[in-house]
Amino acid sequence: MEFETVIGLEIHAQMKTRSKIFCGCSTEFGAPPNTHVCPVCLGMPGVLPVLNRQVVENAIKLALATELTINRENRFARKNYFYPDLPKGYQISQFELPIAEHGRVEIEVDGARRWIGITRAHMEEDAGKLIHAEHEPESYVDLNRAGTPLLEIVSEPDLRSPDEAVAYLKKIHAIVRYLDISDGNMQEGSFRCDANISLRPMGRQEFGIRTELKNMNSFKNVQLALEYEVRRQRDVLLDGGEVVQETLLWNPDKNRTEPMRGKEEAHDYRYFPDPDLPPVFIDEEWIERMRASLPELPDPRRQRFMTAFDLPAYDAGILTASRELADYFETACATYDQPKKLSNWIGTELLREYGPERIGECPVRPESLARLLIMIEEGAISGKIAKTVFAAMLESGTEPDVIVKEKGLVQMSDEGALQALVQEIVAVNPAQAQQFRDGKTKVLGFFVGQLMQKTKGQANPQIANKLFRQALAAGPE
Amino acid sequence: MEFFSLTLAQAKKQLELGNITSVQLTESILSRIAAVEPRVKAFITLDRDGALAQAEAADRQRRAGVAGELCGLPLAVKDVLCTSTMRTTCGSKILENFVPPYDATVIKKLKDAGAIIVGKLAMDEFAMGSTCENCAYNVPENPWKPGYVAGGSSGGSAVAMAADESLASLGSDTGGSIRQPASLCGVVGMKPTYGRVSRYGLVAFASSLDQVGPLTKDVRDCALMMNVISGHDQRDATSVDTPVPDYTAALQDGLKGVRIGVPPEYFSQGLDPEVEQVVRTGIEMLREAGAEIKEVSLPHTEYCVAVYYLIAPAEASSNLARYDGVRYGYRAGDADSLVEMYSKTRSRGFGDEVKRRVLIGTYALSAGYYDAYYKKASRVRTLIRDDFKTVFDQCDLVVSPVTPTPAWMIGEKADDPLALYLSDILTISANLAGIPGLSVPAGFSGSGLPIGMQMQAAHFNEEVLLRAAWNLELRAGIKDRKPELG
Ligand SMILES: [Zn+2]
Repeated sequence: MEFETVIGLEIHAQMKTRSKIFCGCSTEFGAPPNTHVCPVCLGMPGVLPVLNRQVVENAIKLALATELTINRENRFARKNYFYPDLPKGYQISQFELPIAEHGRVEIEVDGARRWIGITRAHMEEDAGKLIHAEHEPESYVDLNRAGTPLLEIVSEPDLRSPDEAVAYLKKIHAIVRYLDISDGNMQEGSFRCDANISLRPMGRQEFGIRTELKNMNSFKNVQLALEYEVRRQRDVLLDGGEVVQETLLWNPDKNRTEPMRGKEEAHDYRYFPDPDLPPVFIDEEWIERMRASLPELPDPRRQRFMTAFDLPAYDAGILTASRELADYFETACATYDQPKKLSNWIGTELLREYGPERIGECPVRPESLARLLIMIEEGAISGKIAKTVFAAMLESGTEPDVIVKEKGLVQMSDEGALQALVQEIVAVNPAQAQQFRDGKTKVLGFFVGQLMQKTKGQANPQIANKLFRQALAAGPE
Repeated sequence: MEFFSLTLAQAKKQLELGNITSVQLTESILSRIAAVEPRVKAFITLDRDGALAQAEAADRQRRAGVAGELCGLPLAVKDVLCTSTMRTTCGSKILENFVPPYDATVIKKLKDAGAIIVGKLAMDEFAMGSTCENCAYNVPENPWKPGYVAGGSSGGSAVAMAADESLASLGSDTGGSIRQPASLCGVVGMKPTYGRVSRYGLVAFASSLDQVGPLTKDVRDCALMMNVISGHDQRDATSVDTPVPDYTAALQDGLKGVRIGVPPEYFSQGLDPEVEQVVRTGIEMLREAGAEIKEVSLPHTEYCVAVYYLIAPAEASSNLARYDGVRYGYRAGDADSLVEMYSKTRSRGFGDEVKRRVLIGTYALSAGYYDAYYKKASRVRTLIRDDFKTVFDQCDLVVSPVTPTPAWMIGEKADDPLALYLSDILTISANLAGIPGLSVPAGFSGSGLPIGMQMQAAHFNEEVLLRAAWNLELRAGIKDRKPELG
């Protein structure tokens, strides 16, 4: 039997704000436990939340970027449950009137483009963290993260494969990074995702029984966990069994999903409007101000790269995967006017060392990369030498001219100097020379290779080709 | 005359004239407390040393010419307001040794004005109750009659006024918790407009209803206290940024041009005839002062108790979730699991009334019941608010009794929560509507128990309440009557 996979994702993106959502504490990651706390985020008696408007602005930006409809009246609600990392015994979230609803983004998998619906996005506060010390009966609570602003983005169950789910996740990731509203760091947990997944026989309308997957802290783990779960559920169904509705944790060490330990309680969160926070009204003027502040987003930028730089869709897609990379490309293009060659270079040499998200850490400035490519164009160095130079640039951040000069890597284009070497090589390889004269012109590569060896790659390949052709055509002396 | 029996305004004047020092005043208050406390039991925590040190500092400040509005005046506050120098118990075992890491905004305002906080006053646990019998520490007694309730939940705050244990006090009012004990103890108590006074540092009972307000010996003192505690607070998103007038300027003799509404719904069945008599006499005094008296209608009054006892417990069930034994307060040490720790901590830490309301509130918010209870109550609350909107188009204030009866004996209704809930009927609507309300002494029952009159006005019209109350106080002629306290 053929099955169709149905996946919906819940993404929690930590908002990039200086202070927490309801108090003035820092949101910085990695501080010693319980140092970024105050009476408000500790849930002391008598304290009150005051909304950080930056969070609303971030949420409006996301809504505009994903075609979500913004609710003009926003309410915060309390989600009530007990847990030691939740200081107030409730989480301030949104329930009945979230910031935005009914949006969509377009994804592409294997060349096929599809719109994925977004059910809603809402603002909420994060909880703290429990620290379980080994060999100790007690657990500890770190409330630094408590009150950090989150944007929860819930997709429609529109995703039909793990590939689509990852493509969607990456798209949302790129958008929040482009908008600069979240740093999107999955390892540090500032960009998290849970998945609901079920299978149904091909052609059936109603959904199958779903499981909820958690603990997938990288794109790769999301892919692996979903693929595993598709196989697992298919096996269960093919065996005539029923999928159990439960929450599963991805175990990356064992490459499998495992039921969450502890009993699954059907939570009744008893949502109700938080009386401490008046409704937030978002007017047209506020929305327009946010719209005006939006950067160019991944999809339009990709389109523009295809037309303005005459790039293939594939290249444009890679170059716009992150705002930093796209900026990098455009800056380099300003001084080097061969976009496709630049794209090739970035795609092979640069991205091998620094992924789209880490371009900012790359010591090679885009202007320097452009300069390197210009030096190839001008014949100052060969493409091969350029790779050596680039490796040195990556290491030290030094300008290419300086490296070429210091290491004596300037290309040998002086025909007089090369001529003697060419003659010598032809002389000691009579068999190959004869082959060439017999019409096997491919052997020319052998001769150029020999010359490159002797010149440590500095010989200008065009000139080398020319000289060998002349020398070989002339025949044995 | 002893210093402790001065009003806040009188003592302020004496300090300003240099006739007395803050140390003398504070010592007088402290000895008064020592003398009457065994009889009235108003305080949960007393800070003698701190009070005297503050008094000395205040005297120095005054000599240096930098005296604030309340410089050197000894006050006391309900134990629901967070104080960084004194434990804040909320009348509950669960916070028995809890010293907050910060001062409530109103406490900060009092301190900035130079006031001395001598101690923390008894209350029903988490402000849930109307007799203070739900206090986990001591049950204050009515200064006018031994063995009688002081009212609640700000019972200690009212007692401290009637017994001259401080010059002014603060309470909190969620459904009448300032006005009702003020009425039962014969003092002035004001619940300001919701948003007029910051709630930051007021331990929450029902966030959409709670409001801090003063209890004082007379109307002028109430205005003085309002001048100090009112105003917008950036830490309270529900506080309103509207200018604070000089409330003492409202104390004008005569009520010409003031329209007073009398709603028959507040004089219906269950009203003690003596209470009705005193209030009706008071209304006549207001007419004599120049007010126009007219009948007005508040048709949804009968739903107030039901609406209140859904909304307040619902909010409370959530507000009190933080007392889980994890970060502060009481924790059951003999639990083997997290759930057991929660359960034992809260079972032992909370009293019966708190548990009752947390249960009611949890139920009202539960899936399947939310629409029928919490949501419907919220809708009816809007109707109650609209009632007042309509009424305040026709008149400037509404007068009524505060409670259906004068004070009763401690223990008399303790086993009948429903009867106690129903006795809140006349004060609850001000909280549901968010409007200001005030209780001012109007007379006494035959057995010598005080009876107050309630006045309610439109949002942010505290001034008309103070003006009307001032006129009643001038004409009722009972201001100098004090309880016999050995
Ligand atoms: Zn904080």
